Amino acid sequence: MNTLLEIRNLHAGVDDGAAVRPILRGLDLTVRAGEVHAVMGPNGSGKSTLAYVLAGRDRYTVTSGEILYDGHSLLDIAPEERARAGVFLAFQYPVEIPGVSNIYLLKAAVNAARKHRGEEELDAMDFLALVRDKLTTMGMDEALLYRPVNQGFSGGEKKRNEILQMALLEPRLAILDETDSGLDIDALRTVADGIQAMRRSDRGIVLITHYQRLLDYVIPDHIHVLAQGRIALSGGPELARELERRGYAWVENGAPAEKSLPSGAAPAGRTATSTPSGE
Amino acid sequence: MRLLGESHKYHLDEYAQHKSQLPGRRLQWLTALREDAIKRFVALGFPTPRDEGWKYTNVAPIEKKRFTLPTIRAASAFDASIVAGLALPGTSMLVFVDGRHVPELSSLRPLPVGAAVSSVAAMLETQPEEVEAAMTRATPRASTFTALNTAWMSDGLFVALEAGVELVEPIHVLYLATTPDTATHTRNIIVAGPNSRAAIIEQHAALTDAAYFTNVVTDITIKRGARIEHHKVQDEGRAAFHIAAVTADVARDGHFVSGSHAFGGVLARVGINVALNGEGAQCTLDGLYMPNSRQHIDHHTRIDHNQPRGTSRELYKGVMAGAGHGVFNGKIVVQPNAQRSDAEQTNRNLLLSDNAEVDTRPQLEIWADDVKCSHGATVGQLDVDQIFYLRSRGVDDASARALLTYGFAAEMAERVSFAALRDRIDALIRARLPQPLEKLA
Repeated sequence: MNTLLEIRNLHAGVDDGAAVRPILRGLDLTVRAGEVHAVMGPNGSGKSTLAYVLAGRDRYTVTSGEILYDGHSLLDIAPEERARAGVFLAFQYPVEIPGVSNIYLLKAAVNAARKHRGEEELDAMDFLALVRDKLTTMGMDEALLYRPVNQGFSGGEKKRNEILQMALLEPRLAILDETDSGLDIDALRTVADGIQAMRRSDRGIVLITHYQRLLDYVIPDHIHVLAQGRIALSGGPELARELERRGYAWVENGAPAEKSLPSGAAPAGRTATSTPSGE
Repeated sequence: MRLLGESHKYHLDEYAQHKSQLPGRRLQWLTALREDAIKRFVALGFPTPRDEGWKYTNVAPIEKKRFTLPTIRAASAFDASIVAGLALPGTSMLVFVDGRHVPELSSLRPLPVGAAVSSVAAMLETQPEEVEAAMTRATPRASTFTALNTAWMSDGLFVALEAGVELVEPIHVLYLATTPDTATHTRNIIVAGPNSRAAIIEQHAALTDAAYFTNVVTDITIKRGARIEHHKVQDEGRAAFHIAAVTADVARDGHFVSGSHAFGGVLARVGINVALNGEGAQCTLDGLYMPNSRQHIDHHTRIDHNQPRGTSRELYKGVMAGAGHGVFNGKIVVQPNAQRSDAEQTNRNLLLSDNAEVDTRPQLEIWADDVKCSHGATVGQLDVDQIFYLRSRGVDDASARALLTYGFAAEMAERVSFAALRDRIDALIRARLPQPLEKLA
């Protein structure tokens, strides 16, 4: 499996205009095509910063280290170019955009990516057929297409809309920032199914989450625990339950001596085998 | 007493020289009105930024210019395809070139019995008493530009609807300016009898990029239970001066709907005065202004709640780019006996550049105690979170900004119920975006 994303010794923070407030302090992460990684961690550990840095948000500044996507540095690449090259961020708080219809944005986004790949842009009819198909999968009402982007959407509708965008854009690297937060159990299942359907041998997925519950539906290949701006612990899918049981303090207090959980320390639970689907 | 300035002398001399060319010159009442008006103009003088109401808008450039009366052009000298390109399907169209009605370019569709749609100049020939009734009923306003308009009035739209008459198709009045350095003074007269309905679209366009001056007055009388929509589409030439005064007198249960969509001109000022003079009268005032480069676009609205249970709704939006300057001054007055009045006013402004500027001034004057009044004004820039969200979906920065600007302004187009007009306003909004946007088919 080839390496899709390689983050080496990343130091980054938020530039408040005067200085960069450090948040990530030496983060390493490698995501290969076909893998699903979960990045967990307590509030303030730098999870969202990682998501924004990967997507190229203004003021989220890398002070040292490297981010390689498909072997090329992502630093100094505009957010829109990252998006067209197949990097997708599902927002923790999807932004409302009054006056711009959802379908307009979806079509603009899909065609920007197609153009980038040298493919022909979809016309209105083909696009509508495609989007209808994905809507059904996400259990979304077609009326949501014609409403302004995210405006007046319920929390669940907003998150579904993010997954709908991901399904349409078919990114190579998807970063999902707390997509599970604020969802009731039915919406969580739909969203999880949507993510699960995106698993493919040529795609990498990074699930950023505070809780373990999403990982019951989308079983990751690797779990990383972020604390104080770096990966404090990595392990297999069983790590989620261990964290649930012991709490983040377990990691933050430096309980596991090793950065990788010894296999013997894994709690007896389900043996997770991730099966890439959609091939 | 003001000293008679040079510009006043100029206007007096011009008036003396050209009054014989004005329509209705044989009508005594009109001549008296005109003479009166030119005297009033001299007494008032041009407003200056020291005058209340003209603080942000300096009309000195209009005062300094020596505009002349346009000569009447034969319709045959005119390219009719230009008019066809500006027509709105499904409307009766009256075309005025340099302030004069050109019947050959106009196309009236069949009208119901009891509806009169004509030009003011034609009415002065055939039924002057109708115009007289409307013009003398209007109380003389202490406005320089209205006085000038009365003195020089060349033509305009005349609409009179008898009780219960409903015009299904809107009336589209196209004012085309073609001649540099001229001034046109047109007067629209709309009298809506009880329970009648009509929609009027007043569009101003130009075939010249040079300076000229449009001075237009629209007087609307809405009788009991009647409903009049008046949409102004101001797409004047880039060096044009545009001064407009709209007055609406709304009787019991009447409804006045106003849309002012201002795009063109170097200096534009629209005054809208609505008097809710009957119980339960309503008005809806929408406006959009999008000044860029060095344009100055000013809206002054005033709504008087004079009787109980009146409702007013006002939404004005401005998008200022380049060194564009927008002004919104919205006054709502609730008189002591206008109990249970319900007024809402909103003004939202978007500044797209560091050099752009807006002055917004909501004013509420409430003399009754049982009323519901709210107002709000905002001035902001494009939202960085929204820009990032769009960029993260592959939309480039410039397109994201154009799309968000469009989203802000297009609400005003969407509120227009007549589809052909809505599309026209939408196209004008798109044309003013910093970046062309793909239309969603």
